[in-house]
Amino acid sequence: MSEEIVNEIKLPNESELILSSSPHLHVKQDIRKIMLTVLIALLPTTVAGIYFFGFDALKVIFYCVAFCVLLEMLWFKMAGKPMSTVKDGSAALTGLLLALNLSSAMPWWVCLIGALLAIWLGKQVFGGLGHNPFNPALVARVGLLIGLPGYMTTWVPTKLMTQTPVTEYSKQFFSPTGLTDLAAGNLDAITCATPLGVLGTTEKILDTTVQATFLDVSSLDACWQYFIGNVGGCIGEVSALALLIGGVILVATKLIKWQVPVAYIGSVAIFTYIISSIWPGVTPMPLFHILTGGLLIGAIFMATDMVTSPMTTTGAVIFGVGCGIITCLIRIWGNYPEGVSFSILFMNALVPLIDRFARTKPFGFKKLIAKGADA
Amino acid sequence: METMWIAVAVLAGMGIILGATIGIAAKIFKVETDPRIELVTELLPGVNCGGCGKAGCADFAKALVAGEEQPGKCPVCSQEAVSSIARALGIEAGETEKKVAVVLCSGDNNKSKVKVLYNGVSDCVSASLIAGGPKGCAYGCLGMASCARACPFQAIEIINGLAVVHPHLCVGCGKCVETCPRDLVKLTPISAKVHVYCNSPEKAPIKKKVCTEPCIGCRKCLKAGEEGQFIMRGFLAEVNYDNAPDTDITEKAACPTGCLKIAKNHLAIEQAEVA
Amino acid sequence: MSAKSAYKVVTFSGGVHPDYDGKDLTRECAITEAPLLDQYQVIVHQNIGAPPKVIVNTGDEVKKGQVIAEANGFVSVPLHAPTSGEIGKPIEVPGPMGTNVPVVVIDADGKDEWGELMPPIDWKNSDGDTIKDRIRAAGIVGMGGAAFPTHVKLSPPADKKIDYMILNGAECEPYLTADHRLMLEQPEKVLAGAAILAKSIGVENIYIGIELNKQNAIDTLLAKADEYNVKIIGLKVLYPQGAEKQLIYAATGRKVPAGGLPMEAGCVVQNVATAAAVFDAVVEGKPLIERITTITGTPVVKPGNWKLRMGYTVAQALELAGGVKENPGKLILGGPMMGFAQKSLQVPIAKNSSGILLLARNEVVQYESMPCIRCGKCVGACPMNLLPGTLSSQIESESFDLAEQYNVMDCIECGSCAYICPSNRPLVQHFRRAKAEINMKRRAQQKK
Repeated sequence: MSEEIVNEIKLPNESELILSSSPHLHVKQDIRKIMLTVLIALLPTTVAGIYFFGFDALKVIFYCVAFCVLLEMLWFKMAGKPMSTVKDGSAALTGLLLALNLSSAMPWWVCLIGALLAIWLGKQVFGGLGHNPFNPALVARVGLLIGLPGYMTTWVPTKLMTQTPVTEYSKQFFSPTGLTDLAAGNLDAITCATPLGVLGTTEKILDTTVQATFLDVSSLDACWQYFIGNVGGCIGEVSALALLIGGVILVATKLIKWQVPVAYIGSVAIFTYIISSIWPGVTPMPLFHILTGGLLIGAIFMATDMVTSPMTTTGAVIFGVGCGIITCLIRIWGNYPEGVSFSILFMNALVPLIDRFARTKPFGFKKLIAKGADA
Repeated sequence: METMWIAVAVLAGMGIILGATIGIAAKIFKVETDPRIELVTELLPGVNCGGCGKAGCADFAKALVAGEEQPGKCPVCSQEAVSSIARALGIEAGETEKKVAVVLCSGDNNKSKVKVLYNGVSDCVSASLIAGGPKGCAYGCLGMASCARACPFQAIEIINGLAVVHPHLCVGCGKCVETCPRDLVKLTPISAKVHVYCNSPEKAPIKKKVCTEPCIGCRKCLKAGEEGQFIMRGFLAEVNYDNAPDTDITEKAACPTGCLKIAKNHLAIEQAEVA
Repeated sequence: MSAKSAYKVVTFSGGVHPDYDGKDLTRECAITEAPLLDQYQVIVHQNIGAPPKVIVNTGDEVKKGQVIAEANGFVSVPLHAPTSGEIGKPIEVPGPMGTNVPVVVIDADGKDEWGELMPPIDWKNSDGDTIKDRIRAAGIVGMGGAAFPTHVKLSPPADKKIDYMILNGAECEPYLTADHRLMLEQPEKVLAGAAILAKSIGVENIYIGIELNKQNAIDTLLAKADEYNVKIIGLKVLYPQGAEKQLIYAATGRKVPAGGLPMEAGCVVQNVATAAAVFDAVVEGKPLIERITTITGTPVVKPGNWKLRMGYTVAQALELAGGVKENPGKLILGGPMMGFAQKSLQVPIAKNSSGILLLARNEVVQYESMPCIRCGKCVGACPMNLLPGTLSSQIESESFDLAEQYNVMDCIECGSCAYICPSNRPLVQHFRRAKAEINMKRRAQQKK
């Protein structure tokens, strides 16, 4: 055979051939690149958070990311797993998401507890990346909210806030008392309320004053402030603009199913529109609900987490609508002013059920039951 | 003080009433079971290996009592256990010889000559689907431990890329036999001490190209042994386990490649090669 | 672009776009006849179904095209000598699936003389069975990859009415250009072959589906399509456009029932290379003894399209292409998405070897079993609408019954899911294992 043709032709060396299953090509993407892209999509939000809350926000972000990565490394060391898995970037992403879900006034040790909850309780006890049923950052946030409610409901004003309230009734959250003293150096820090927090304490009655408040806080002037992010709240939830930019990046790179945020935000909008139309004194108009609180960061970055959201598009719609309705229920009638974290965690728990229900039917499939029976 | 007594009385009353209800219900809805099933289940090893073909020991016990199975069908039970079960059921024990599994391949990492790079699921069935697996011999052990994972008794160890059975741990349940995609695990009578550690019926030159210790089909063992102790399958000599040769056959036959081995030595050789 | 309006452009749902299709390596390489060898090793069993029975003995003189093995049952085809010469001792060589397979060795006498050719058939005026018998006698099998005997596909049960004859010219596998060159250089053969195939089952509607990245092939065929009453369909460039069920859906909108055959949707699909072989058999009376194979890959010195006789080994074929520049990391028989990795260069070419592909070491993907992050990309890519990620987790935990309920048996092993998976999971291997285990279980049940 090959000996017959004696010339310079070089043939492959059989012992260096690799055997593997088809396909032999692979897309140039891996988990690391996905995580990196999500981090890039979070960049506008991070920058906006630092812009509005200053150096404190940067500190909280640094603590959370560092603690998360270190705790993940520690876990791998204890579990005897290869350290290289830290490089997938998922711990850093969880850390950043956690930081963006905290107030900039958070002390370092709260960040550490949060990182512990996120990485160990939220992720590694279930078997690590890919096996956690709940979004780790949200597990941490809810854990802290229940364990340390004082720290978790203390908000600080943004750097742009002035003594002049944007609208008549919004004084509590757009221009907290003590701003001048703070500027003059008489006070070290002051706190500030969030729109949802203020509404949460408002009596839900069919009272004309309340209705006027609602119209006022969802006026265009106020909404513009919510949109750019000049409002109290978590580092990452304030600027709707930055979050939407991130959302566009994620949808454009096909890293999230657009059905989740659309179904989530859409169902919140429809639900609150119906409620506020029927009982104007119960809750403000949809735009207020969409732009305030953690809805956008929840819908774009938290609910869309690949591991904890359904795999099929039908499932994604069900998931999004479920999150939206639960968020509204908690916001309007619940004890907590904000319901995004709870709703997403609750729907996370239902994901296996949704996946089962929204199972795709194979191409050319007719009788699901008949097939199942003979299997 | 009074409140406490009320609570105690209520709880005690509830306890009595509910207990009575359960007791009555148990009498009314009682299912008659053969007490012998429980007895036999206790006599069985209780490892639920499935070697008898039933779902577990309790299931096997049911079949025994019903007379559908023979106690000797249990691969794990010792002869004494089998006879005590037979006594309990009042039936003949029946003579069965204990069997052990043996992986009929010598091709560990040192002896198998051709081994290409493999990238994929580390499982024998999966690997054998990819161009027949990374080893050169199409009949040899792939060494990816599918049998070892299937073994309920941890009796199979992968030593230097070759599955080797520890005979003292093996109970002969046959789980590994079902698992192996290459059918090279065989259940053999425990009295058979000598095996031909090769499974390839191909011609000697082909085998020699891929392995340093194949059966080359020289028939030396056939000539050295008594009539019918070995049988030829293609170019492969196999031990006839109905008439197994004694251990001294290895010296008499002087197998030129050394794939005719005593089970104990085979294990020792493999362990020594790693150490 | 007046031609554009002459055909419709269709597609299916799901699928992937490989980043680099590698077709530029060989797209311009005309088909070259491979030189005669001194010895051919012809694999006996080249078709799905029963292996043919060898009827020649060592020392026999055979002519080119002479039957050397007879069909053995209905799902079986005969085998023909690729050249004239003397039969050597039967041996076994490594086969494309890794196991050793028996081959008929022919020591060529160098004259390359045809034996008696089968008489040409006036197919326009003959009945279907005559054509089918000829197709079978010529040893024709599906040349796209499956090697299923063509005459079996053309013999649906009486109650199944066939409405469409679809030729697969999609060649959606990256790197391969054999079908492309065939359509470009021998359009009449392809078109006439399509007409003959249609005639044999009495079908009026003949379609040829071609991916839009072969515009010149589309134009060439369009120019002559009307003569043969053939319609050309443009297929969007999307893998796996050439998968049987996906092609039928794209061309006709019909869905083949899950677990069913194309005939249940009233369609018969044949590869364009098969059609050309049918033309040779019916019009020229020549049996199938050679095929066009793309020899390609970045390590290959001179990639190209070659007409190879059955019995060329991979090593000999690579010598035609000038060998390799560097030591490759992978040798694949077929295309990169569905082809089979090989461990030996001594594998002979068979009737379904559409390509010999070498990948450089740095192009080889290493599978790692990283955990599934449930991103759902595989769900979007699966042309069969399965849930590859869920299935692979089930199979990893050896829950084959569950995987069966989740329809793993409908998987066509196209590899779209494993291609797109960011966790680099060996999904297709999982599915192949599950199918093997389930088939094993089913056989065991049948025995009982």
